[in-house]
Amino acid sequence: MAGELTKLGIAEAKAGLAAKDFSAVELTSAFLDAMEGGRALNAYITETPDLALEQAAKSDARIAAGEAGPLEGLPIGVKDLFCTRGVLTTAASHILDGFTPPYESTVTSNLWRDGAVLLGKLNMDEFAMGGSNENSYYGPVVNPWRRNGDTAALVPGGSSGGSAAAVAADLCVAATGTDTGGSIRQPAAFTGTVGIKPTYGRCSRFGIVAFASSLEQAGPMTKSVTDAAILLGSMAGHDPHDSTSVPTPVPDYAAALTGDLKGKKIGIPKEYRVDGMPAEIEAWWAKGAEWLRDAGAEVVEISLPHTRHALPAYYIVAPAEASSNLARYDGVRFGLRVPGKDLIEMYENTRGEGFGPEVRRRIMIGTYVLSAGYYDAYYSRAQKLRRLIANDFETAFETVDAVLAPTAPSAAFASGEKADPVSMYLLDVFTVTANLAGLPAMSVPAGLSDQGLPMGLQVIGKPFDEAGVLNVGFALERAAAFKAKPAAWWRA
Amino acid sequence: MSVDPATVKKIARLARIRVDEAELPALADEVNGILHFVEQLQSVDVEGVAPLTSVVHRSLPLRDDVVTDGGSAETLLANAPDRIECFFTVPKVVE
Amino acid sequence: MSNPNLIQGATGEWEMVIGLEVHAQVTSNAKLFSGAATTFGAEPNSQVSTVDAGFPGMLPVINRYCVEQAVRTGLGLKAKINLTSVFDRKNYFYADLPNGYQISQYKDPIVGEGRLILDMKDGSTREIGITRLHLEQDAGKSMHDQHPNLTFVDLNRAGVALMEIVSEPDMRSAEEAALYLTKLRTVLRYLGTCDGNMEEGSMRADVNVSVRRPGAEFGTRCEIKNVNSIRFVRAAIEYEARRQIDILEDGGKIDQETRLFDSGKGVTRSMRSKEDAHDYRYFPDPDLLPLVLDAEWVAEIEKGLPELPDEKKARLVADYGIKPYDASVLVAEREPADFFEAVAKGRDPKLAASWIMGDYFAMLNRLGKSVTDSPVSAKALGELIDLIADDTISGRIAKEVFEAMVETGKAPGAIVEEKGLRQVTDTGAIEAAIDEVLARNADKVAEYRSGKDKLFGFFVGQVMKATQGKANPAAVNEILKGKLSP
Ligand SMILES: [Mg+2]
Ligand SMILES: [Zn+2]
Repeated sequence: MAGELTKLGIAEAKAGLAAKDFSAVELTSAFLDAMEGGRALNAYITETPDLALEQAAKSDARIAAGEAGPLEGLPIGVKDLFCTRGVLTTAASHILDGFTPPYESTVTSNLWRDGAVLLGKLNMDEFAMGGSNENSYYGPVVNPWRRNGDTAALVPGGSSGGSAAAVAADLCVAATGTDTGGSIRQPAAFTGTVGIKPTYGRCSRFGIVAFASSLEQAGPMTKSVTDAAILLGSMAGHDPHDSTSVPTPVPDYAAALTGDLKGKKIGIPKEYRVDGMPAEIEAWWAKGAEWLRDAGAEVVEISLPHTRHALPAYYIVAPAEASSNLARYDGVRFGLRVPGKDLIEMYENTRGEGFGPEVRRRIMIGTYVLSAGYYDAYYSRAQKLRRLIANDFETAFETVDAVLAPTAPSAAFASGEKADPVSMYLLDVFTVTANLAGLPAMSVPAGLSDQGLPMGLQVIGKPFDEAGVLNVGFALERAAAFKAKPAAWWRA
Repeated sequence: MSVDPATVKKIARLARIRVDEAELPALADEVNGILHFVEQLQSVDVEGVAPLTSVVHRSLPLRDDVVTDGGSAETLLANAPDRIECFFTVPKVVE
Repeated sequence: MSNPNLIQGATGEWEMVIGLEVHAQVTSNAKLFSGAATTFGAEPNSQVSTVDAGFPGMLPVINRYCVEQAVRTGLGLKAKINLTSVFDRKNYFYADLPNGYQISQYKDPIVGEGRLILDMKDGSTREIGITRLHLEQDAGKSMHDQHPNLTFVDLNRAGVALMEIVSEPDMRSAEEAALYLTKLRTVLRYLGTCDGNMEEGSMRADVNVSVRRPGAEFGTRCEIKNVNSIRFVRAAIEYEARRQIDILEDGGKIDQETRLFDSGKGVTRSMRSKEDAHDYRYFPDPDLLPLVLDAEWVAEIEKGLPELPDEKKARLVADYGIKPYDASVLVAEREPADFFEAVAKGRDPKLAASWIMGDYFAMLNRLGKSVTDSPVSAKALGELIDLIADDTISGRIAKEVFEAMVETGKAPGAIVEEKGLRQVTDTGAIEAAIDEVLARNADKVAEYRSGKDKLFGFFVGQVMKATQGKANPAAVNEILKGKLSP
């Protein structure tokens, strides 16, 4: 029974708790056991079993009293980028050694308000910079999926790789992620899970360790589209503590899931057909278009002409913001301090030792593109491209309701395979556009590659039309009927 | 545009990140690889395009002038790697 | 006429060029971007939000009142209010700058060009251009003298709202710079947007100084940071100009740099900690959106502005006929100007002005008091002036009455009655006193009559002495003149 419990998603677990098939404590214990058995995946940086059981017991009391919240008793994993009061928060960086926030992020507060249970803090790329989860101070996360007939460790994608792996391996009922350039969608695609990055401003950024403020959003990573709809409903909402949060009411996302796309128009952007794209990705993309047609949608080709400039624009804007956002890690008020003979040397030693190579690279690039004499050539120009990219979508959305594209240009790859930073950056080619334009976008599993690895399809929608995006995703999910699970090789 | 090890050293100093002298050439190569990649933007015609700094189309929200936060030096200093009484401490600064 | 501002060097004349950047703390309850308190003198680090301290994931939310005060100040400086302004990050590392950047306004400040009028000693005025006013966060405080090898950091000030008010390089002497600061403080206090308290650091000046040959291009300037009193601003400018002239006259050149004024030694010196702080990598703060002001709100704020010193001065000159310089002294603060108006209303304004600027101010000075806690109210001083006007007492007796008012707090009328100071207007009594004086001084009378006119004052004095000062001076003059004429 316990092994079966961890297979449940949000919707099923909610139903089971409501029917008193099992208690929140039982459910939580099952996940805590699974986490212990799944440590080979290195998905969690910090496990919080005592807190989880305490919260679960309270949930059981509320359920008994008929006061259950929308997420009552559901054991969730939280990406270690969300600050959690009294619980170690690291952003997977050495520089945040021992940091225990005296505050809670708004998104996680919303989860606890709705009754969720914290299982622990999930591994990730350091400061959310990376696409493979190889950039964690706490070691790489291992993808639960393996290629057919091969035991080589694969990456789970990044930066929310711990979240994706934990959901795929049933180490939580669902998880939170953050997405700055594809960090929810790409790992979701690599692990056969569902992830949605909502519209910029939909979820509060308060209490989330900042990487690139103008691009990032929190979102759910789940086992199904329905679960994503439920979890996003709790995470989203206006927050007066975040000046970029938007006071648009949060609809009932789950209620919008009909799978009926009659009267909807879906765009296929021709510029997303990039050179050297594997044929099977093309094939799944075409399959996805067919599924949407079957659900009643009209599928048309569209043009997003500035697409090819999105990646370079992103790799200027994101490092620039990061170089400034990460200036606060200086060894004075929290985290790591490496002594030096004077203040400057203390800063240099602390930051030199505290940041990993990718973070250091991005801070260097960001510092350079903002420095005297280069601002116009780089930063300002990238922000102009950003407008052109956003304009492309605006024009497209005059005729279509959503856009269908692949999530990533490949399936999961082996660790160490992409040593060159730029080849790693190319993984974000289909995802960064939604961040630059601030649009909601999700990844849904389509099927398995020839090598037996999950492949994802991406749906990009109009601002604040998460409901529409989720519904397109729901239609894809229904048609794809993706039920495959990785073999549980990690259980010792 | 590309950078030499001396420029990399300057940037590292500006960013307050210690980089060993021996690492500079390799780091310069990495930085140049990325700069080369983003260089393609230089060819795009952006004449008359206004930079997009935020996708949120609303004015800055304003809050009321009331005291709602602070008030505990202990909470603030709890994570400090080094402190004396209620002060953060750093190596002595000569102004 | 030669320019009194020019400095004589060994190789000829030099002229100073001075511009000021004043940081004025907005009088708000909470900080610019956080809900922490701003009270002066609190325990270290007790008024700090995790937002101010740059903790991970913390975000700024702007204080409406601070925005309003910046607009008020802009309007008070007759400046252009920019309905759209942008907050930028100014990036640099320093122990008391927790985020590693200061949120400030760079390209698009909330307030654009304005002006400030200086009231010169000779009664003339001089206009100094204001380049801009922007809102920004203050830094924390570093203390270097508490420990042999550590600097202590207190973040109580970190995030406090500042208005940085930047002048054009329009000033040409330390005196003008001092007048500028004084006047700016006056305007801020009238507006109530900053208390102008330099000792508590709520107003500080960065002083930009360069020198040039009269009429030549601007020279290279040095910025003297954070000077915290008007006296020090004068001293720093005098020292710095002289230092630059000496270098230039020796054939050297000035390095553009940031300097520190050492008030103990009275010298400026290069700031080591600012050596490589010149590449600030400004960019729009992605945690904040452009600040868009509603034109109607700005108009409403403008409607609520008090009468400002320049307008008040013009009105006092026009309505009361007092001298422009006297008016500028009276309006330097709001309370003395109000006091003057309360006293002058329905009375001789010139007499009121001369009493206030003379005996009254001297008394305040002597007692270390201000108009608000003065022992003599406007009503009491007005009554005293009424007693002079209706000839109850003479101007001279009034001084005695005034001193008694200061000491006892009693009303002037009561003091006059109590002490029997009512002036003698009975011509018979005055005549008798004069006759007696003339009889006693027959020799002086003869001298006077033979042409020694100056003795008239002597006779007046004697008569006043004989009447204990109570004789009406006009009557004394008239009767004396008659009696002395041959
Ligand atoms: Mg300045
Ligand atoms: Zn400033």
